[in-house]
Amino acid sequence: MFTGVMANTWITATMVAVIAGVMGFFAVLRGSTFAAHAIPNGAFAGAAGAGLLGLNVFAGLAVFSVAGALGIAALSRRARSDVATALTFVMMLGIGALFVSWSSQYAQEAYSLLFGEVFGVSTGEVLPIIGFGLACIAAIIVMFRPLMLSSALPEVAAARGVPARRMDLAFLLVMALATSMTVPVVGALLMFSLMIGPAAAARSLTARPGLAMALSVVIALVTVWIGIAASYQSNWPLGFFVGVLGALFYLGGKGYAAVRSGAPAGQRARA
Amino acid sequence: MNGDLLTLNRVGVRLGGREILRDVSFGLRPGQFTGLIGPNGAGKTTLLRVILGLQPVTSGEALLDGAPRPARDSSIGYVPQKLVIEPDVPLRVRDVVSLGLDGHRFGIRLPSRARRVLVSDMLTAVGAQRYADARVGELSGGEQQRVMIAHALISRPRLLLLDEPLANLDISSEQGIVSVLARLARAEHVAVLLSAHDMNPLMPVMDRIVYVAAGRVAVGDTDDVVQPEVLSRLYGQHVDVIRVHGRILVVAAPEGVDEAEAAAEDAGVIR
Amino acid sequence: MHYVFEPGFFASGPVRVALAVGTVIAVTSAVVGVFTVTRGQSFAGHSLADIATTGGSGAFLIGVNQFWGYLAFGAGAAAFMEMIGIQRRRGRDVATGVVLGAALGLAALFLYLGTQYSTTTGASFTILFGSIFVLTPSTVPVLIASALVALVTVLALARVLLLSSLSPDIAAARGVPVRAVGAAFLMALAVSVALSAVIIGAVLSTALLIGPAATALRLARSPVRAAITAAAVGVLAIWLGIVLGYDSYYWPPAGRGWPVSFFVVTLIVGGYLVTYLRRGERRADPQTPQENVDAEQACSPA
Repeated sequence: MFTGVMANTWITATMVAVIAGVMGFFAVLRGSTFAAHAIPNGAFAGAAGAGLLGLNVFAGLAVFSVAGALGIAALSRRARSDVATALTFVMMLGIGALFVSWSSQYAQEAYSLLFGEVFGVSTGEVLPIIGFGLACIAAIIVMFRPLMLSSALPEVAAARGVPARRMDLAFLLVMALATSMTVPVVGALLMFSLMIGPAAAARSLTARPGLAMALSVVIALVTVWIGIAASYQSNWPLGFFVGVLGALFYLGGKGYAAVRSGAPAGQRARA
Repeated sequence: MNGDLLTLNRVGVRLGGREILRDVSFGLRPGQFTGLIGPNGAGKTTLLRVILGLQPVTSGEALLDGAPRPARDSSIGYVPQKLVIEPDVPLRVRDVVSLGLDGHRFGIRLPSRARRVLVSDMLTAVGAQRYADARVGELSGGEQQRVMIAHALISRPRLLLLDEPLANLDISSEQGIVSVLARLARAEHVAVLLSAHDMNPLMPVMDRIVYVAAGRVAVGDTDDVVQPEVLSRLYGQHVDVIRVHGRILVVAAPEGVDEAEAAAEDAGVIR
Repeated sequence: MHYVFEPGFFASGPVRVALAVGTVIAVTSAVVGVFTVTRGQSFAGHSLADIATTGGSGAFLIGVNQFWGYLAFGAGAAAFMEMIGIQRRRGRDVATGVVLGAALGLAALFLYLGTQYSTTTGASFTILFGSIFVLTPSTVPVLIASALVALVTVLALARVLLLSSLSPDIAAARGVPVRAVGAAFLMALAVSVALSAVIIGAVLSTALLIGPAATALRLARSPVRAAITAAAVGVLAIWLGIVLGYDSYYWPPAGRGWPVSFFVVTLIVGGYLVTYLRRGERRADPQTPQENVDAEQACSPA
């Protein structure tokens, strides 16, 4: 299970889990988990389009993810844009469906772009993923302190001269990079589970940011490793394991937090 | 208290282990304008909900015409605290008022000229005719209050309850609402129970006062009830009543005031 | 005319079925959608769509028409949401998102297993993105009947739904069984989602529910006009989608037609964005601090 093609799989998936864990931590901290829902839809369309044109799939992923990130940044400034953003991202799925329908293996391709396909990752594909991953890590390291500050204490950050909007945009762009590497592995529809599930679980377990981020990465890694092993043995899709494990870890974290805080202080007096 | 429209007999409400209301008794007669005055958190909203049948009582009873209130009863009109209405909700002002007639009925109803006239007249009566076709979610606070009053009054209730209708209104809007209410209530012989934490805007129109503090009430004419001894007993701490230029201010004594000393001082001043 | 409608359009059986069923479902979705958006339950609609994906995949796995899967899982999810008391304006909760992720993971599994045991090609695509031209004839009466039931339910509850979205307290005080009405609406919503999923796919069904409704709310002020406008937008999108979908059989690149769902969604989103062209939309009556004066004037005749 650990040699040859599978070696590529383990390397790729590990990288993806690490990045997902870190980005998820920040996304949950900033309360901007919507991006993790929306950007993958654009990525789906981009990957489908690129595949069709015979271009590098990662190029398509990256371009459409970045476009999606910029779109969110622009639309989030308009007052009543909930519906507009939701509709736009559904349209991305529609465009992806169109591109996929033009390929000869349309059903298979729709499935693998939406639910992931980690096996059979060739060496040629490992490199871009690692490349994106390193770029993400570099970006996070550079931005770490202002990002932490503007995520945890936005008013303080603003007072200290950290430009909020630029941080938002920067974060979204790194999220786009992270998306470009995660979607091929776990699929557009399951990226949310891998990125947000472990991070939210970690948040329930500890309030200390360093520990939460580490836990987030650990849980993501465990999820992916169990997923790959189980997928290898059973041939069931990785997306299934990621989705279910993500939910289990999340609920487990919430349960642990509830039990630890004792009986809920929920005897709320009527104001 | 026979012949009273509304009777509360020793009503007590316990919620979440806390006693919100204790031993509340009073009656309302048709055409009476009663102010339900008290500080925030005193239990005014709970009391209104008891009368509406939305809050079960732990002890005592609330009677309409001497009998428990039937489930589908339209003799009580209700104007809740400020409603949060999204701007895109497809309800014009005239639609909202029309719902006051039959919003509780199932089935489809065909438009009728008689209904249109009724709604139009009601809108004119509250001074909202000007914006009859505007979306209710786009109105200002004062305008919305007028519309909700029209909504409540159009089904000709015998009792009208209003929960803090004057909160968050500027002075001129306040006066407008109070005068509309007083005029319409007198014209239709409707009993009005209006809750507020500041009794001053109501002084010109209030017949009686039900003063609520710490879950208990003192009922009667304003001059009888709003006295330091009465209110101090209610609050359970020393309270001063200051009258200046026809306005009344109820002020809690500063920390560290000795009860006996303050009482003696008052006694000395009065004598 | 020949250029708009490719040969054989009006004679084609599947096209006629698609138009008939599509129209009924578009109207139902649109009207239900207006109430969904008004009650702030768009996210519930989106959640039901994801759950429907799981249901459809499961139905495919056990060899049953996917509509039953959409319907069963959707209704079950609606009942569950009602039980745990879904509050009105629940936004994009992390919890819901993660749980929905599990549902989608399950869908992935069902689809995978289904394709192992079935000879139907393109099933994944059909479930995810719909196939209005290959509706199983035996399901057509069921689809139309379900649509009518959902539509009639919502119309019968219309006033009560509007009153409770204005103020649940006022509704409850007037004797409206607010909780039961909410549950009934959620069921109608689940049925709508299942129907939309059949014609444009589970993943895209939200567009048919929310799009026409959102467009109508930007254009119409009263509930009646909003419902009519939404229905018109939805029906138009479906009709044009069907025409273009049929025509596209003659278009490159693949010679098997572009997905109708793509056209429908693009038309719906386009229609919504077009409403933004009316910039500087003025309100009916400008606000002036004149309320006192009006009150006085209203006083005088009395």
